[in-house]
Amino acid sequence: MDELRNINIIIDGIEISVPQGSTVLQACEAAGAEIPRFCYHEKLSVAGNCRMCLVEMERSPKPIASCAMPASDGMIIKTSSEMVEKARKGVMEFLLINHPLDCPICDQGGECDLQDQALYFGKGETRFENSKRAVSDKNMGPLIKTTMTRCIHCTRCVRFANEVAGVEDLGATGRGENVEISTYLEKAVTSELSGNLVDLCPVGALTSKPYQFVARPWELTKTESVDVMDAIGSNIRIDSRDGKVLRILPKNNESINEEWISDKSRYAIDGLSKQRLDTPFVKINNKLQRVSWDEAFEVINSKISKISNENCVGVVGNQVENEAIFAFRELFKKLNLNKILPFQKKLSFSKENRANYLFNSKIEGLDKCDYLLLIGANPRVDSAILNARIRKNYIHRDLKISSIASQPFDLKFNYEYLGCDVKILTSILEKKHKISNDFEKANFPMIIIGDEVLQNDCSLDVQKVSTSILKKFGGFNKNWNGFNILHNYASTVGAIDILSEYSDYDYSALKNDINKNLIKFVYLLNADDFDFDISNCFVIYQGHHGDKGAQLADVILPGAAYTEKEGSYTNLEGRVQYSQRAIFPPGDAKEDWTILRALSEKLGKKLDFDNLLQLRKIMFSSKTMLKFDENIYSSEPKIITKSDFKSSKLNYENKNFFMTCPISRCSSTMAECSQVNG
Amino acid sequence: MKFKNIINDLKKYFLIEIFKGLFLTFKYLFKKKVTINYPYEKGKLSPRFRGEHALRRYPNGEERCIACKLCEAICPAQAIKIEAEPREDGSRRTTRYDIDMTKCIYCGFCAEACPVDAIVEGPNFEFATETREELFYDKEKLLANGDRWEEQIALAQKIDSPYK
Repeated sequence: MDELRNINIIIDGIEISVPQGSTVLQACEAAGAEIPRFCYHEKLSVAGNCRMCLVEMERSPKPIASCAMPASDGMIIKTSSEMVEKARKGVMEFLLINHPLDCPICDQGGECDLQDQALYFGKGETRFENSKRAVSDKNMGPLIKTTMTRCIHCTRCVRFANEVAGVEDLGATGRGENVEISTYLEKAVTSELSGNLVDLCPVGALTSKPYQFVARPWELTKTESVDVMDAIGSNIRIDSRDGKVLRILPKNNESINEEWISDKSRYAIDGLSKQRLDTPFVKINNKLQRVSWDEAFEVINSKISKISNENCVGVVGNQVENEAIFAFRELFKKLNLNKILPFQKKLSFSKENRANYLFNSKIEGLDKCDYLLLIGANPRVDSAILNARIRKNYIHRDLKISSIASQPFDLKFNYEYLGCDVKILTSILEKKHKISNDFEKANFPMIIIGDEVLQNDCSLDVQKVSTSILKKFGGFNKNWNGFNILHNYASTVGAIDILSEYSDYDYSALKNDINKNLIKFVYLLNADDFDFDISNCFVIYQGHHGDKGAQLADVILPGAAYTEKEGSYTNLEGRVQYSQRAIFPPGDAKEDWTILRALSEKLGKKLDFDNLLQLRKIMFSSKTMLKFDENIYSSEPKIITKSDFKSSKLNYENKNFFMTCPISRCSSTMAECSQVNG
Repeated sequence: MKFKNIINDLKKYFLIEIFKGLFLTFKYLFKKKVTINYPYEKGKLSPRFRGEHALRRYPNGEERCIACKLCEAICPAQAIKIEAEPREDGSRRTTRYDIDMTKCIYCGFCAEACPVDAIVEGPNFEFATETREELFYDKEKLLANGDRWEEQIALAQKIDSPYK
């Protein structure tokens, strides 16, 4: 690539230098001049149809649309001249001709670009006395409410659907006065990212249906936090009022989720107030009854003293924060128990080296990579944000993608499907397969290994061969590590990190134990997808929802959901991010680490920390692994296995994107979505 | 100097100032009286009088309030609490509209902020209660106030409309 040259441009008398290829609007931003805009969006292609960003350019008789004009050397731009102000007023007047004056009943009111810009840049009075046009509302599914009369035809939604989400469902029909944005066929937008349309819409044409008429932006308390619906760890903003989470919005983080979050992250929150465990329960006469914390602990104490150590097992769930996992481990250590299952599914990794189970290329690496092989991964379902990132590279840089999976999934980008047999990897390694050439040509090849492989018996074999392929074709060097595991759950990496030093216990070991009828005592820490028959065991469930785990339980200890506690989560890249508390847990429920701390005291094995700071201090001093290294790619994965490919066919597991955790299973919005999309 | 002192002494001696005062009082015996026989009589109120709150309806019975929450936002005493959700027909309505009349400072900002003239401060000033709790008005009470005072409120709004 050519070295990008900087160009000099004068904006409002200030000379600044911007990289070549910048638009005038970007240059103005860099110079600190505010340019109003509706259609321009950093992450989307330039449309230049709202005309709000007009600026004056020297030697140009007309004002120019700064979003579409490339900056060139020696340009002299004025952003606050009389001409510009007049032009803005004129454009605003045109935009408002057909925009209804219904701000008081519009959900966008208070956070509306049109409202704000009309105030700052508009005329403040109308000269228009005819009737305004009316447009019929469109059906866009259970998440998006449309009021198309408010639309100003910026086409951000159309561009987002086409470019980022990859669903060509939206478009503009008609010309001039009659132009309308529609879904053509009156069908729901079938994308996992459709909620972002609501954020993108600069007016109130597309608003959030579950949130409709609920609150005004000025009433909400905003808490910046981390999402736990997938392993990406999208950055979010939790908006709450009166102890209730009302909505979730994305927070910018270029290295992770850019500006987007998936619909599950955004809309599953109504599940947070349903089926909550708000007090401890103990099973008495085969019926769960409300008890106090002390009574519940007493029951556990009397039970645990009778059971020998090897009969106890702890299971860590999918959305547990590092602090709780650590406290759990410490508790087990103190009690001299050493069986903790870090995740509930049968997933095989080799845990010796951190590079063995991380997404080593980092999410940002997806922008850089020039050949991608997916093995047993369906990123659209497992982590929709990641899929959008792959698609971004596919759209902008024509990324070549191949996939080995149980079936050709609809991933919203084109790729070459190589069948469901992973033995193909050996022929790729031996340069007998045609995609060996692709690997050879690539400077930054990448392999993403997904759930279908990890759950299969061939998991380690695939991982080993993948490493060999990458090694052979330059997939590891000091600037690049192409080996990636695609995790599905927010706590998996954290659990492996924290538990790897302590316990080697895994799924097959537990299966053996259960077959031998060795397990008598199970402690489920937020574990709701535990698929063993443990009806004969004494089961403690600690969690926040009355879901599958609670049904198995003899004692229920009510915990806090992710919006109700401070915690840290390690995402699939190994990046540790901190979540904040937005609201308090309901009733008697407590933050998970405090429950474990209180229980430890009751059992006479007091844990060594009294507050979160102390806990974190101990946790981070004992684990160097929890530190995320931004710059240096982790060392090469080292996987030890026989690689004989006992089984090599990948099996399809039907997964419902909208219902993967207790919160989303309790959410009626998610239920509606899965009905529409299923 | 001496002469002036003599005049003053004479005035004191003949109680001139006292009689002046008594004469002023006596004059009011023949003037029209300004006090009224409250509660049987009541004074005239300005159309801008800021009394007890009321939620108005349109003539067809539809409630005016659209839950825009501007009154809640402007209220300097934070006396108003609103919750909203879509009504069955999809329109934006309040499910809760509470005014804490003990917090209210009767500034009239809520009425001024209202884009649909739904919340108003009506002409009623006789709403003292025996308990504090009775002054926590809910939506039902406010709408009932509106129905009760609509005639006067509408008239006051009409008279004041040229100045808005």
